[in-house]
Amino acid sequence: MKRQIRPPTSILPRKGGGARRAILPREGGGKYELERALDTTLIVNGTPVTRRIPARQHLIDFLREELGLTGSHVGCEHGVCGTCTVRVDGKIVRGCLMLAVQADGRRVDTIEGLSDSGEIAALQEAFHRHNALQCGFCTPGMLIAAQDLVANEPGASRERIREHLSGNYCRCTGYQAIVDAIEDVIGK
Amino acid sequence: MSYIGQSVPRANARRLLQGRGSYVDDLRLPRLAHVAFFRSPHAHARIRSLDFAAANSMPGVIAVVDGRALANYCKPWVAVLGHLKGIKSPPQYPIAIDRACWQGEAVAAVVAETRAQAEDAVERIEADWEPLPAVVGMEEALAGRRVIHPDLGDNVCFKREHDTGGVDDAFAKADLVVEETYEFGRHTGVTLEPRSILADYNAAEHTLTVYHSTQAPHMMQDIFSRHLDIPEGNVRVVAKDVGGSYGIKVHVYADEMATAALSVMLRRPVKFVADRLESFLSDIHAREHRAKVRLACTKAGEILAFDLDDLTAIGPYSVYPRTSGIEGNQVVNLTGGPYKHQQYRAKMNVVFTNKNVTCQYRAVGHPIAVALTEGIVDLAAMKLGMDPAEFRRKNLIPDDAYPYTFPSGIKFEKLSHHQALDKLLELMDYKGLRAEQARLRKQGVHHGIGLAAMIEVTNPSPAFYGVGGARISSQDGATLRFEPTGMVTCMVSVTEQGQGTEAVFQQIAATAVGVTMDRVRVITGDTGTTPYGGGTWASRGAGIGGEAVLQSGKELKSRIIDVAAAILKTDKADLDITNNEVINKQSGEPRLELSELGRVAYFRPDTLPMDFQSELMVTRHYTPRGYGFAFTNGIQASLVEVDIETGFVKLLKHWCVEDCGTVINPMLVDEQVRGGIVQGIGAALCEHCLYGPEGQLLNGNLADYLVPMAGEMPYIVVAHVSTPTRTSELGAKGAGEAGTAGAPGALMNAINDALAPFGARVTAQPFTPERVLKALGKI
Repeated sequence: MKRQIRPPTSILPRKGGGARRAILPREGGGKYELERALDTTLIVNGTPVTRRIPARQHLIDFLREELGLTGSHVGCEHGVCGTCTVRVDGKIVRGCLMLAVQADGRRVDTIEGLSDSGEIAALQEAFHRHNALQCGFCTPGMLIAAQDLVANEPGASRERIREHLSGNYCRCTGYQAIVDAIEDVIGK
Repeated sequence: MSYIGQSVPRANARRLLQGRGSYVDDLRLPRLAHVAFFRSPHAHARIRSLDFAAANSMPGVIAVVDGRALANYCKPWVAVLGHLKGIKSPPQYPIAIDRACWQGEAVAAVVAETRAQAEDAVERIEADWEPLPAVVGMEEALAGRRVIHPDLGDNVCFKREHDTGGVDDAFAKADLVVEETYEFGRHTGVTLEPRSILADYNAAEHTLTVYHSTQAPHMMQDIFSRHLDIPEGNVRVVAKDVGGSYGIKVHVYADEMATAALSVMLRRPVKFVADRLESFLSDIHAREHRAKVRLACTKAGEILAFDLDDLTAIGPYSVYPRTSGIEGNQVVNLTGGPYKHQQYRAKMNVVFTNKNVTCQYRAVGHPIAVALTEGIVDLAAMKLGMDPAEFRRKNLIPDDAYPYTFPSGIKFEKLSHHQALDKLLELMDYKGLRAEQARLRKQGVHHGIGLAAMIEVTNPSPAFYGVGGARISSQDGATLRFEPTGMVTCMVSVTEQGQGTEAVFQQIAATAVGVTMDRVRVITGDTGTTPYGGGTWASRGAGIGGEAVLQSGKELKSRIIDVAAAILKTDKADLDITNNEVINKQSGEPRLELSELGRVAYFRPDTLPMDFQSELMVTRHYTPRGYGFAFTNGIQASLVEVDIETGFVKLLKHWCVEDCGTVINPMLVDEQVRGGIVQGIGAALCEHCLYGPEGQLLNGNLADYLVPMAGEMPYIVVAHVSTPTRTSELGAKGAGEAGTAGAPGALMNAINDALAPFGARVTAQPFTPERVLKALGKI
């Protein structure tokens, strides 16, 4: 199996977005620079949200911890597994590789918003029909990645579907039903 | 109507599809504190001192705790079982005291208001370490020049020898003896939801509620109760949605026990969610084995005997409460399992090392036993010049030979090896593929076809753990409650991990009671509401929990008809229930809507005879008996293309024919089998926890540890032979581990089949391009 070169271990962040970086720069009386918070306004699932956000907080942690949008999941925090996939200004991104303050002025869509708007209803229905999920942990990210393909490559082949999903790990299904479900939607 | 055998979608999948599941990390409780662990950077080191001063002064910190302080709140454990004679292990504490025995073992904990603050403070803990020599290799551990736990005398956790007698004679008179050594790299489950626990101790009530990503809530309830000294009735374990488990989440983890103990100590809820780097260092690993196997057979291709010598390493502790001796024990039980030879000898050593602990991971022992059995069988067939499918046909236990006792002592109720083989060969067009292979070889394209027959342990009886003294339930229960609206609530002790447990229980309950599936709501994963039971492991959920649901449903139906007979003043024998209505059994004429029956039973019982009391809630339990396990069988095939220039293996197609008895929901079974196959493929091709000579994990992150991706996986065909077990009315046996059990062996044989023209073989998993090229003599 061929793999792309992946980032070295040393740059990987930890769960809480806390330490494990070489040097924590300080300012003034010992307060961490990275604790500095910035006023940030973004549109989340169509609703403007303004918060003072710590500079070091990742987008996925902001969505989950601050806004309670727990549908997007935290799987690896180093940009490999895809469970934290959300959409920023219409493009799929890893919520663990983007800082929340970088979303200032942008539109963020999560599984909750995309479900309520009905945008991914056909995919959700197909996933359900094909049992294209088991534990469901990868599913929100998988659906958002799949919708990117459905919207942008209406003629995608099975091979192309598999390739597109290769940034989203599923540990339960073996992928086949997921590919079947997406193919079903693309074929319609 | 019967829903058994129907491919109906899972009702509970809808919430997961909308991101409205409820995993542990999604919960929010008042005063919730977060714990992060300070873990040993050394594989083996004495802790001279720990300095918490700087950590304690960090923002948000609530407590910084070492192992000695926490030991006052949680008793240590020793993971041994009475029926694994001689197994030994040292006491393990929730946080290590004085000494760390693997890289990643927690030696201190920081509790803070946020996880980020806890991690910041962990970075400020100062430790004075005295590094000790690490025992890293299995042979080194067995030789025992350095003993990890001096009190135990040596590094051998457990050993087993088994001998039917007559093995040396069989080998002496054999026309052909083949021998090969197989190696298996340790790997791990990589549940996408990391291990997660939220423990909420209420000091006023002396109660502990634990929200836990676990497969076995009742087992954990018992363990929290005994080790934290809280009455069992005061402990409630809730497993809501679980983001993948595969055996990883059925064990006691020190950091999880520490989290519960910290909640008691600090009298507030404490949450721990492993990050991915911690997961690699602390989730159980599995399957580090080196096994030499010999096979004796006649010129005509009759297998006479197997001789096995297996060595496996488990890290510094046997894992509680199932022990780390079971995997090797299974290898001894299962090796040679599909075949009819009568002579078998096995020797197996389980040794301690200074690496992360190993324990039961999906298909425990099976992938090892199947790969080494099927590898040596293929080698024998090749030496004899026989087709591997024909060689298997000659040696598989005949379908009419049951009940059958295998030379390792295990008993088979009824298997279907020959039916499965025939079905597989037809399904894959074996002859056609062989012809295609020969044609392509001439063009320099190297296809390989590999087969792997297997047996699988499912529906374990108390013989698995209970007889050894473990408080692990082999029975499960189902409570069915008829609601006033005609709905049925079904509470079951087996848990849902995504495999579709709740859906199949819904199917069984609806069928047994006579209602439509939408009338059944299933509740699992809560010791506070469900009957007592074992949970999800060893391919037992459908077979054991399903039978309890069936029996409970049949009794509930009978009791509903009692009420109907009282209302209608009709003989009970004349009534039946179908499609949410009480009907006349003979004519099928509708007599009473169940919603009307519920209204009368619950709100107007005054209209019923004075001596009649409706009892519309039923509990039934089921324990598998008669056989130690409901063994299943199956056979897999793999088709690969090996690039002999690069060593890359391309997976072209994979087939699995398996016999799990009654198939309750083919769609769910097939998809679970496929997922299992992909996990097996991962182990065979890419997954490997690589350790350096100092006992350091070299690739403990998802970037460097490779798991299968969509783009690499083959199309997988799944089919069934159905031989229901007669030990239950439902007849269901397990299927959850079949895929993982057989895939590595099939894949190894396929690769070796492709390499055969070059006289090359690979025997060490994972089969990386480097190993393939080495086998070919290219590097």
